[in-house]
Order: sequence, then C-alpha cells, then structure tokens
Amino acid sequence: MESVSHQTHYFVPEPSRWPVVGALALFCLGLGAALAVNGVGFGKLSLGLGFAILFYMLFGWFGDVIRESLKGNYHGKEDLSFRWGMGWFIFSEVMFFAAFFGALFYVRTISVPELGNFEHKLLYPDFTAAWPLSTGPGITQRYEAMAAWGLPAINTLILLSSGATLTWAHWGLIQGKRTSLTIGLGMTVLLGALFLGLQAHEYSHAMHELNLTLGSGAYGMTFYMLTGFHGMHVLLGAIILAVVWLRVVRGHFNTEHHFAFEAAAWYWHFVDVVWLLLFTLVYWL
Amino acid sequence: MAISTTAGHAPHEHGKPTGLWRWLAATNHKDIGSMYLWFSFTMFLSGGVMALCIRAELFQPGLQFFQPELFNQLTTLHGLVMVFGAIMPAFTGLANWLLPLMIGAPDMAFARMNNWSFWLLPPAALLLLISFFVPGGAAAAGWTLYAPLATQMGMGMDLTIFAIHILGVSSIMGSINIIVTILNLRAPGMTMMKMPMFAWASLITAYLIIAVMPVLAGVVTMVLTDRHFGTHFFNAAGGGDPVMYQHIFWFFGHPEVYIMALPAFGIVSHIIPTFSRKPLFGYTSMVYATSSIAVLSFMVWAHHMFTTGMPATAQLFFMYATMLIAVPTGVKVFNWIGTMWQGAMSFETPMLFAVGFVCLFTVGGLSGVTLSVAAVDIQLQDTYYVVAHFHYVLVAGALFSLFAAIYYWFPKMTGKMYSEPLGKFHFWWSMIWFNVTFFPMHFLGLAGMPRRIPDYALQFTDFNRIASIGAFCFGLGQLIFLYNMLRSIRHGQAAPHKPWEGAETLEWQIPTPAPYHSFVEAPHVEAGDNGVIHSMTGGAHH
Repeated sequence: MESVSHQTHYFVPEPSRWPVVGALALFCLGLGAALAVNGVGFGKLSLGLGFAILFYMLFGWFGDVIRESLKGNYHGKEDLSFRWGMGWFIFSEVMFFAAFFGALFYVRTISVPELGNFEHKLLYPDFTAAWPLSTGPGITQRYEAMAAWGLPAINTLILLSSGATLTWAHWGLIQGKRTSLTIGLGMTVLLGALFLGLQAHEYSHAMHELNLTLGSGAYGMTFYMLTGFHGMHVLLGAIILAVVWLRVVRGHFNTEHHFAFEAAAWYWHFVDVVWLLLFTLVYWL
Repeated sequence: MAISTTAGHAPHEHGKPTGLWRWLAATNHKDIGSMYLWFSFTMFLSGGVMALCIRAELFQPGLQFFQPELFNQLTTLHGLVMVFGAIMPAFTGLANWLLPLMIGAPDMAFARMNNWSFWLLPPAALLLLISFFVPGGAAAAGWTLYAPLATQMGMGMDLTIFAIHILGVSSIMGSINIIVTILNLRAPGMTMMKMPMFAWASLITAYLIIAVMPVLAGVVTMVLTDRHFGTHFFNAAGGGDPVMYQHIFWFFGHPEVYIMALPAFGIVSHIIPTFSRKPLFGYTSMVYATSSIAVLSFMVWAHHMFTTGMPATAQLFFMYATMLIAVPTGVKVFNWIGTMWQGAMSFETPMLFAVGFVCLFTVGGLSGVTLSVAAVDIQLQDTYYVVAHFHYVLVAGALFSLFAAIYYWFPKMTGKMYSEPLGKFHFWWSMIWFNVTFFPMHFLGLAGMPRRIPDYALQFTDFNRIASIGAFCFGLGQLIFLYNMLRSIRHGQAAPHKPWEGAETLEWQIPTPAPYHSFVEAPHVEAGDNGVIHSMTGGAHH
C-alpha cells in the first residue's frame, strides 16, 4: 500500500442511481414482509419485487465499485476507508448477535430457573427447570435437544478447516501463487456449501425426529434463531467468497491491491468465531 | 447514468448536477446534509402535529376528540417520529454538512453510501404513515414497544418493526460514514486532540449507534417471531419473559438517549466560545467527559425498570451508576460556564439558544438525577414527571441545540443572513412557551398523573390546560422559524465572509457560502484546541 499521508486527493464518486434504487428495494421488502406475515396476498408480490430490485441494485452498485477499482481510482487512503468501514460493519453484526446471545443468557440463568422455583409452583406445578428444556412451563408437547457431538461437531471441523483453507489462499495471494489462491478459495466456498447442506440436514432431523421447532419454548427458539441467523451469514459469506473467487479467476487482484479478498476473509472469520460461540453455548454446555 | 460524463478522471471533475437528479443521485455531502435537515424538519412538524393532537385531547378531562386506541397510536408515533425521524436525522444532517468542512475533508468517506443512508429514511417514514391506515391502526404500545403489548397488536406493529429495521440500516451506515470520515480524512495538522468538539461528539455518537442499533433490530426481530413464528421470547409459557424485552430494549434505549444528547453538547461547545470570544474552557476534559458518558451509558439501562421487581443489589448498582453520569455531565456544564466567565459576550440568536440549552438541559439533568434514586423512581415511574424530565433534555436540549446550530451555520450554508429580530423572537417565544408547556408536568407527575392516558382525574385539569395552551403556542412559534428560513434563503442579506467575529474553526476559513466542492485538496492546518485554526495553507475549492 502506498503511503497514505502523502495522498492529497481522495476519490469521491459521481452521482449514482443505486442508492435510490436500493431505497426502493428496501421499501418493497419492508412493506412486503409486513403484509406477508399477515397473510395479505400482495405481500409476497411486493417481497419478490423487493428482492429483484435489491439484486439489480447490488449487481449495479458492486459493478461500479469493481470498475472504479480496476480503473485505479482507489489508492491508499480509499483503501484505508474500506478497511475501517468493513471493520465497523462487522462490529455492528457482532452487536446483532449479542442481542440473541443475551436472550440465551437471560432465559438460561434468569427466566427458566425462576419459572421453576417455589413461587411459581402455583402457576406451573409440573414444571421443573432444567437445560436444555424438554418442554416449556405452559407447553405440553415434548421435544429432544440437539446433541453436540454428532453433526454439529462435524460442522465445527468443517468451518475451522474452511478458515485454514482461506488463510492458505490468502498466503497464495500475497506471495503471488495463483494455484494455491484459486484452489484454497474454491475449497473454502465448497466447505461453506457443505456446512450449509449439513445444517439443512440437521434442521430436518431436528424437526422430524426430535420434534424440535421454533415453537419449542426457550430452547427451541434460541436454538433456531441463533443457528438460523448464523446460517444466513454463512450463506452470505459463501456468496461473497464465490464472487471474490470469480474476480480472482479474472485476475482482478494483485499481491498489493486486493481489499475485496480481505474483506470477505474478515467476514468469514467473523462467521467462524460466532459458530465457535454457538457450538459452545448452544450445543455443548 | 444521466450525469456520468467524466468517468476515469480525477475526482471532482464533475460539476454541479441540476434538477431532481441532483437530489436523487447525490454524492455531495452538502446536498445530502440539506436533504437530511429538510426531512427531519418535515418529521418534526408531523410529530409536532401528533403532539398537538395529544395536548388537544388532554385540554380537559373526559374524551373529546380521540378514542383511547387512536390516542395511544398518537403517543407512540409521536415518540418514534421525533426520535428516529426528527432528532437523529437532524444531527446526521448537520454532521454531513459540517464534518468535512471542519476537518478539511473533500466529502464524506463513502459518498454514495451516504446517499443511501438518507434515501432509506423516506421509505421508513412512509411505512410508519401507512400503518395508520391498516386494520387495527398504527402501533399503540408506546415508542418503547414493550412486550406483551407489542406481541398482541395488529399489522401496524409489523410495519413499525420493519420501519425500525430500515431506520437502523440507515443510521448504522450513516454512522460508519461519520466514523471513517473522522478517523481517515482529517487534514494534515488536524490531530484527534485538536479536532472540534462537534467532530468528537459525532464520532462518539456514531460509535454508540453502531453498538446499539443492531441490538434494537435484534429485539424487534424477537417481537416479530413471537408474533408470527411461534417463539416464546417474551412469553412465560415457553420459558421466556416479558421483562427480558425491557432489558434488551433499554440496553439500546439508554445509549440512544446520549445519541440524541452528545451531538447537542458538541454544537454548544462551538457556539458558546464564539459568542464569548474566548476559547472553550477545558477542551481535553470535554473530550474525556463525552467519552465517559458514552461508556457509562451502557451500564445504566435498568434504571428504566426499577418497578419490574429486580433484586435490591441490582437496583443499587443501576442507581449509583446512573448518578455517576452526573459527574461528566457536570464537567461539561461547568466548562460551558467557565467559557462564558469574563468573556466579551454577545447574544445573537445562536447564543440565545445555546445559553437556553445550558439552563434548561441542566433542569432536565437534575430531574434525571432525582429519577435515578430507585426509591423515588418507584413513585414516579410512568408519571408526567418522567414526561417533563425527558422533554427538558430532548426539546430544550436536543431541539434547542439544533436551532442554535441552524442559526449559527445558516450563513455558511446559504451565503445569506437570517433575520435576527425574527430569530430572537423565535427564541424567546420558544423559551417561554416551552416552560409553560412542560414545567407544570413536573407537578402533575408528582401529584400522580400517569402518562399515556387520554383521560384524567378532575384535580389535574388546571395544569393540563396550561400545558395544552403552552404546547399550541410553542408549536405555532416553529412556523416563525420556518418562515425565517424560507424568506432568508431567498431574500436574506448576503452574509459576510465571517459573520461571527469569534468563530475560529476550519469551516470559517473558506468562502461563504461554502463552495460546492470544498477541500478538493487537503489543506495543511495548524490547529489549537477545539479545532481553532492558527494558520491554513492549500485546500483548493471549486
């Protein structure tokens, strides 16, 4: 990276249509989602329209950014802005997950034990506090908890390996070894896809054989919301990595100038760390 | 793209775009800042009309104009619109306008994303507006959207939830932009500990927003899944707890209070030195005080929940932690007074609003300390005392500081002077009627009148009448402000290069009005505390 302190110009993009297109997309998505959850027919249409506009916007916007990058508009100072920006974005994601981990902590240490204590025996005489709950105080349907040392442990190994292959690819990029870059990155995407496939299988097992659903009380809701949001982030991360892989194949990066790769890698490692917390706090302990 | 003509050239070769496209496709921080400010003023008027509906209903006991359902929708939307539609976007708009000028940057760090942050606001406002017209009406759970109220209401609640998601995306992107601009685009010589207080306040506010808006998104998502997907986050039957909603919400909600207060502190820390013709007293302590308030704001959330039955130790912890915030806030108030001390003061409109801010914010701060005492709070929870308290910090605090800022930077933004007599009239009119409106609410609260109720016992009538008269006069006075702005933009006298003798920060070193593209090349500055410029070289504009 060239010296940041001597750069006097900073790239300011030209007027762009993408922000208003994106605003329209989010309006359709917000309206559509609110109507769809209430069973209004127009809701799904609006949702579909919103997603279509959103993808159009993402293609166009990222396309512009990539073209600007290839034209050499981004130098050290712009690069540093992107780094700060990505870092703070990941921090916001950390705080989003913190809300759900906070809910998990609260139900496990406060609300479930309280509901099982002496004072609540009048209200729920048959309820005994335990974790994982096999039922709720006012829920009669029983369910089983997900065991940690089956598929979840394998998924942990898969994500950890994907972190290793990604680092291998990163070394390849820095040292100019294209083969290890393309293979390492490709393997990371495949491992991400494998993780998602196994998670889908795990969900199917949970729903059909363990009778575990979103409605299965404090355990079911925290299990699905935490692993579900994590799964969405794996999906997004894998898509980002796949786009970066395509850009690698087209030769968009060199040993010095490859922030897109690093941003994707940071995101992937963030998703990885969240999984380790999930594995420990949701599945294992 | 309609405008794209000079792709590949050095930045800023494109001129000033015209027509509607200039606003829809904007990448200029001044244009985007102006849109933020006009949007927030529109929201201020909408939220204000809702407030006047509330005050009209409360003019006398019994039900006159609104059924309780609609009354609750009005109180809820008044809060949401003012917090997320008026005050937060207004501060972001000011940050957009001023930060690049204050620190010597060509624009915000992510100029295109900046426009997305703005253009997400109208869709969110539209969703809130639509919610009035769906079956069941708008959200009516109060702006805090407490469970289990929020888990029971109609479609309006879902629209509100998604509006909050969109507002969250907007303010997180806006905050990332502010932080990166400040950290990365300061001109050489503008070091962190020389930087203007408004930049510091914006930086810390943006950090708070990124830390807590995702938590709000998380908790309203839990409300959504409780409503439609069978989860039991806030339902004891499944092992959840409605009180958990309050914990997560206020983990967002208390920092949110400072998100609306810290930028106000920053603004006042510019205006008071200018019109006292003295440097800011205790600049470094101001920076540390602002940071301490931000850190403490994460540790006090349960003082909103003293009546939920938490253990006495927890009540004590949150009570003392809350009282602790009075220390850095006191540092600030005394620093402002120290700045004025023996200064050659003059009282133009911005200074009037700034001094009014210091006086009335202190009143709101002191009633806050009163409320932090757990034993007292249990008596005053959900009474009009609380309403009085937070309107002193949000109206006389945040809103007065915004007026001060608009009057102060109006010449720099438009190249025109506002009408000083009208400005002064606006201040005194607002100052008087604000107090007529909100001071009696302290007494109403102490006498036990609950908030968010459309009807009340007869003995509360007199104070409610006074408050309602005050509110209508206060609201009317804001039209004077609007008239002053609109008239001065068109017909105001041309502003001198530096309209305020004592203004020493970087934005006053460049031409007035600020050129469309300022600091295309970073200037070299020699700066003192609070961004006071001793010398500047370079820094091209066009």
